[in-house]
Amino acid sequence: MIRLLLPLAALVLLAVLPALVSEYGLGLLIGAATYVTLASAWALFSGQTHYVSLATVAFYGTGAYAVAVLNEALPYPAVLLCAALAGAAMALAVGLSTLRLSGVYFVIFSFGLAELVRQLITWYEVNVTGTLGRYIFLDVTARGIYWQMLALGAATIALSAWIGRGRLGMALRVIGDDEEVAAHSGINLARSKLAAFVLSAVILTLAGAITSPRYVYVEPSIVFNPTVSFLTVIMALLGGANRLWGPALGAVPLFLAFEWLSAHFPDTYPVLLGLLFIGVVFLVPQGILPAAEKLLRRRAEA
Amino acid sequence: MSLLEIIGAEKRFGGLRAVDGVSFSLGRGEIAGLLGPNGSGKTTLINLVSGALPLSAGEIRLGGRRISGLGRDRIARAGVARTFQLVRILPSLSLRENVMVPAVFGRKAHWGRAAERVADAALELAGLSARAALRASELTYIDQKRLELARALAAEPELLLLDEWLAGLNPTELAEGVALIRRLQGEGLAILMVEHILDAVRALCPRVVVMNSGRLIADEATEAALSDPKVIAAYLGEEADA
Ligand SMILES: Nc1ncnc2c1ncn2[C@@H]1O[C@H](COP(=O)(O)OP(=O)(O)OP(=O)(O)O)[C@@H](O)[C@H]1O
Ligand SMILES: [Mg+2]
Repeated sequence: MIRLLLPLAALVLLAVLPALVSEYGLGLLIGAATYVTLASAWALFSGQTHYVSLATVAFYGTGAYAVAVLNEALPYPAVLLCAALAGAAMALAVGLSTLRLSGVYFVIFSFGLAELVRQLITWYEVNVTGTLGRYIFLDVTARGIYWQMLALGAATIALSAWIGRGRLGMALRVIGDDEEVAAHSGINLARSKLAAFVLSAVILTLAGAITSPRYVYVEPSIVFNPTVSFLTVIMALLGGANRLWGPALGAVPLFLAFEWLSAHFPDTYPVLLGLLFIGVVFLVPQGILPAAEKLLRRRAEA
Repeated sequence: MSLLEIIGAEKRFGGLRAVDGVSFSLGRGEIAGLLGPNGSGKTTLINLVSGALPLSAGEIRLGGRRISGLGRDRIARAGVARTFQLVRILPSLSLRENVMVPAVFGRKAHWGRAAERVADAALELAGLSARAALRASELTYIDQKRLELARALAAEPELLLLDEWLAGLNPTELAEGVALIRRLQGEGLAILMVEHILDAVRALCPRVVVMNSGRLIADEATEAALSDPKVIAAYLGEEADA
């Protein structure tokens, strides 16, 4: 009961927060909510299976671009639906062809995918439509965007919890531990991985679609920025990628740290970012939550 | 009708014929030893039956249905369970979760209480009940082997493939292991066991099939096979090479 009430109370609190903060504060809230959603959605697939995907921005950017292309032609809900379908179709095609790749090959491929999508869209815009940049004029307020992202983030965590209790969640955990054993125990590897990958991709795409009006002006190099993929990974790892609340726990402080660093040290920011990544991997390789659990267990035993 | 039929099974790795035209059958509830010197193709044959490797030629049937060509998961769900020569467990999961997996995804696809019952029974058989909540990575090598067997049993298979499961046990553990396998076979499970410990083979298997360089060189009663000049030559040949 408390496991349900506590998050619900927190959600209500987060929902009324915009009334209390400045415009700048609201911007931070949107950013934090976005990264909580991205990191949680990323972990839904990668945290369990240990297939580290750097394709986050391929889906995120596709979502943003879908809105840029369709926002004048279709009503907003239909635009979101199209974005989700585009993300699902892309994930299905990519998943079917690559989820057999193992380890580092998958990492590299997923990174390449984001670049490929960016290049394809750039090529298409330059050669076919002749418009590289696009403007997004939607009458959604910053608060509206925040609430949508909050809802998407909450839905992502709820979905992860639900999956975690079911057969798919068990299959993903086993795949993360040993695929060979998984297959010989009767788990359909391709189907389990594909299901999680597509679900994760749809959420990543929707996150891109929902935040896109914040950009106002959209261009492939802006919305397909690979830093988004790296940040997502490091946030999830910091909090604990195979824990329900781990990615959210990692996303909030790191997002705030990045904001502060990029505002105060715009030139040295990438270097500091790199150092932070290394620090996380060295200091808390399994993530904060698992490390804390271990500490508590040791206390209990002692 | 036989439970397992291996018909002209062949596996090539480049120019090497690791399994070369092997044919034999195993009845329901029957136990047989799979012998042969190092590198003779025993593990490869286990891999072919369990679907870990595709056949280069030939066919494998279970209960009259062709299973060669199916994926590993479908063969597992058809009723084939296996252990690995180099033990494989799910290190980050508890013993109970390790054993739940085949109960949930195996032939009977249990869920909830039913899956827990099957898992607990398998842990009990393997003597691991008291440590059900422990993480599998914390087990000793021998207990990991026990866990692997428990996992195979939780699939409620018709055919169990053991790849040197008794290797590395001390005399007491070996006696327990032999008793456990005998009990499983007594309950109607068909077992094909790769084993180098001949005393255990004598104690458990009335029949053995013997491989050498990928070929089947004997398929007969255990005592007869062990005094068969072809079999002795195969094992001696290995020692002469060494
Ligand atoms: N995946 C593979 N790729 C290439 N060659 C392989 C592969 N697996 C096995 N072999 C080769 O096939 C032959 C048979 O190997 P296998 O492991 O089946 O023997 P084995 O009878 O199980 O031996 P042991 O008693 O040592 O376990 C060996 O020469 C081995 O090197
Ligand atoms: Mg072997």
